[in-house]
Formats: sequence, structure tokens, C-alpha cells
Amino acid sequence: MSPATHLDVENIRADFPILTRQVNGRPLTYLDNAATSQKPNQVIQSLVDYYERYNSNVHRGVHTLSIEATEAYEDARGKVKRFINAPSTESIIWTRNTSESLNLVAYTWAEANVSAGDEIVTTAMEHHSDIVPWQQLAMRKSATLKIIPETENGRLDMEQAADLITERTKIVATTHMSNVLGTVVDVKALADAAHAVGAVILVDGAQSVPHMPVDVQALNCDFMAFSAHKMLGPTGIGVLYGRPEILEAMPPWMFGGDMILEVSYEDASWNDLPYRFEAGTPNIADAIATGVAVDYLEALGMENVWEHEQKITEYALRRFAELETINLLGPHEIEDKGAVLSFSHDSVHSHDLGTALDQLGIAIRTGHHCAMPLIRSHDIVSAARASFYIYNTEAEVDVLIDGLKETERYFSKAGIA
Amino acid sequence: MQQGLGDLDELYQEVLLDHYRNPRNTERLDDPTSEVDAINPFCGDEIHMQIGLYGDTVASISVTGQGCSISQAAGSLLTEIVDGRTTTEARELRELFREMMTGEEVSDEVADRLEDSLALQGVRRFPVRIKCALLSWSALIDALDKVAPTKP
Repeated sequence: MSPATHLDVENIRADFPILTRQVNGRPLTYLDNAATSQKPNQVIQSLVDYYERYNSNVHRGVHTLSIEATEAYEDARGKVKRFINAPSTESIIWTRNTSESLNLVAYTWAEANVSAGDEIVTTAMEHHSDIVPWQQLAMRKSATLKIIPETENGRLDMEQAADLITERTKIVATTHMSNVLGTVVDVKALADAAHAVGAVILVDGAQSVPHMPVDVQALNCDFMAFSAHKMLGPTGIGVLYGRPEILEAMPPWMFGGDMILEVSYEDASWNDLPYRFEAGTPNIADAIATGVAVDYLEALGMENVWEHEQKITEYALRRFAELETINLLGPHEIEDKGAVLSFSHDSVHSHDLGTALDQLGIAIRTGHHCAMPLIRSHDIVSAARASFYIYNTEAEVDVLIDGLKETERYFSKAGIA
Repeated sequence: MQQGLGDLDELYQEVLLDHYRNPRNTERLDDPTSEVDAINPFCGDEIHMQIGLYGDTVASISVTGQGCSISQAAGSLLTEIVDGRTTTEARELRELFREMMTGEEVSDEVADRLEDSLALQGVRRFPVRIKCALLSWSALIDALDKVAPTKP
């Protein structure tokens, strides 16, 4: 196999220390990237560098370390702004992760704008973190939660979407790419439909921003949430993009240092964006490292990242077709499908598959993928998932396929496959 | 050193596979004294347990569910040793089972009492799967507590 791709995968792999690890006597085959990605040296070193050289609090001091830390922290925000083509740095809010970003919108914008009888529209392929906040909001407000269904071939049913988004709809919350099916959703079409009825659209970009070029202005979305740890960055930090004029009108959520303008014993006024939504000492080191992760991805080029993943997914789809007892979930065609392959076995539970593959050094995800309603709608209780990133190769797909065949032989001999 | 899947034999012992292929005591009880649904929230494994008490004795027990081989076989194996025991003995068995799974040395006497469930000892080498083996035993305690709560 000689993949004609614009990524130099061999060089990329050399940047990721963990990829030299052995697991159970085999080279690690890391195929759990939709859960979290591995980190390149550049990102790891930026954390060490921060703590060794200029660790300090931001926005507070006049001393050199504080000035350097503040600059690096705000510089990272600027990098994220460019990365998703946000209109301004004020529209980039640091959070802990995608879940916190989604909850921030549910507890601020939605709390102020959704009332009894209103409708919230989401999709059948959301992660729990883009379902449960809306269920809870609907209960608090006596609003109605409506679900855009999945078509038989694993796509979002856009015809039904057009019927479900009505004059009563206040917010449409959708994933950009399903963490289970890999389906890429036509966010622009949903944004147009939402805006046509005066609703806002919030996009869960946890699986899209790390893997494809994302332009929040071209998509015309009002909110976009994502996590750094799925895009080469550290855990514990995420982003909420919000359209500036919407953020400006939103009430604050958490109160504390950095988010205030003036405080008396009786009252307080709020700082400007984005600080109004960043109470307390922020996650400075991880924000800076996120900026370094963005630099790394931009140097590769997100078009190239997407192209590489499309190629590897196309190859994996072809190889999976050889496995008679394995059933793929979601689209079987590469169009509008990201590098996520979820599957179930005719008779072997995903945890038994996962334990066997781990013996061969292969890391995949097993279980309900934080998407219980979606998994159950496929009449299964759990699934296995392989997901790829910039450092994965077609040879690793072969390792997975061989591993699945060996696993099949093992459980067949054991009488349960 | 490259390993194949041979190490899995310690996990997937024949007794366990047999109970997974042909689970025992799956018939639903007509008039259970107590019943519970136990779910492992991290993986979605499910156990539905019913017990019928006659006085202080577990006179009938039924386990069904869906999930991995370990969770389902452990449930089936449990029914075989708990059936016919007093509630006190059933609780003791759970303690012995839990001690075995969390690494206590298993004496000959304990081995005798755990009977075929001893085969689950191999799960210890796969720590992430221990919770699978314990699920039905927590369901049992919940079912017993519904009748007469464990004293604090």
C-alpha cells in the first residue's frame, strides 16, 4: 500500500512518543481517536515549558511572568479564532470541554430564551451531552424536545428536519459529525432552516473540528462546541464559539474573579466578552497547549487531514466488507462520513471483542459510546468502534482486520461465535 | 514477547463459556418475593434478577439480562450456588465472591463454597472486567435488601 496522501505519516508518527509503546507484547495500534487523540511532543513540551519558565496567573499582574502568561494565553485564543474562522476573539470562550460548552448555552441563552410551549430540536445521533441538557431544559421550562430521526442508511433525515423545525422552535442542537456513525450532518442546511424561523443553531463540533476544515461563519452557526483533547491538545479544556451579538446579550453563568467589571458589597457589573463567561483563574497551561495543537494541525492543513482520513476510512470500509459476522453501523459509503467505524458482532459482545483485541495491542472503544438511545435504536446493546486520525495507517487497518479474524477464530472455537 | 490470544483462556474458562452459551435458571418466577434490574452505567450490561423466598431461604431464583459473556455467565453461575441457601448464607457467598475478585487468597474451604463460580477467578487478571463479574452479585444484595435491608 502506498497511500498517495499529502500527510507524511511516518514523520507525524515520530512526533508522538506514545506510539512507540508496546501493549501486551505488541506495538500499540491506537484506534480510539474519537474518544481522545494522542499528543505530539510539541504539545507536551509546551506544557513543560509553561510550568518551567513562565507559570503565572493571567490578567492580574504587572510582573513579567504574568505578562508573558497572559500574552501566551490570549495568543492561543487568537489561534483558535483563526482555526474555525470566528469573527473575533471575543467570540471564543474557554471551557472545560464540549459538555461544559453545551451546558453553558443551555443554562444561559436557553434559560433566558426558552419558555413553556417552545420547541427544542435535536437529532437521533447526539452524544448524551447534547441530549440530556435539552431534556432537562425542556422539563424545567415545560418545553417540547423533538428529535430529527436517522434514515435507514445512517444519514440524518433532512426531510423530517424541515417538518420538525417550526415557528415554535427556539433552538436547534445538532452534532456536526456523529461519534458513533461517523455521519457528517449538513449543518448549513439546518442553520438556514433554524434561522428561517428565528431560532438559533448550536453545533456539537467535538468530532468535526479535529478532523476537517470548519468555518463557523460559512456554516452560519450561532454556537459551536468542541474539546481540545480530541485534536492533539490536553484534557480539561474546551471551547465555546458564540456569535458575538448573541453572547453579548446572554446573562452570565458562573460568577467570580475575571468575569466582573466592578463589585460593591451590594452589586456587581460584568466584564466584557469573552471574560464574562470565564469566572476564576482559567486553565492557562492547557489553553496555551491547545494553541500549539492548533499550530500543529494548521501546519499539516485541515484539507490534508480530512483527505488522509477519508482515504483510510475508505480502505477500512473495503476491508470490513470481508468480515461476514461483523455488522457496520452508519453509512457504508465514504461520502459525508468521517473516520469512525462502529460495528457489532453477530454473537460476541463488544467487551469480549475489546478484551481480545487489547491482547493484540489494539485499542478500540466498546460499549454504548455515550449514545444509548442511538445504540438501542439499532437493536443492539453495545458496539465496538475504531476511529482514525492523522497518525494511523492502512497497515494498522490490516492489523485490526487480522485481529478481528483471529478473535473470530478464538470465540468460534470457544463456541460463542 | 508476543502473545496471541492464548492468555484469554484464563478468562474464558470452559465453565464460564458453558454458562454463557446455556444460561441456567432463566425462567421468570410467577410470584417473586423481590426483583431488581441492575445496570452497569459504564458499559450498559443489564441483569434482571428475581428471587422467591420461603421463610428465610432462597427457594427460587431467576436471572436474565444482556451484556458481555462475563456478566451473563456470572449471573447464571450465581443462581446455582445461591439457590436453596438462607439469606445470610447468600450474603456470605457474596462477600466471599467479592473477596476472591478483589484479590484475596482463596482457601480450599472458600473454593468449595463458591463451587463453579471459582472459574471467574481468572477475571482478576483483567481488572477492567471485574465489574462485569460483580454486577449480578450486587443485584442479589439489592434484591435481598428490598425484603430485609442489610444492617449498617
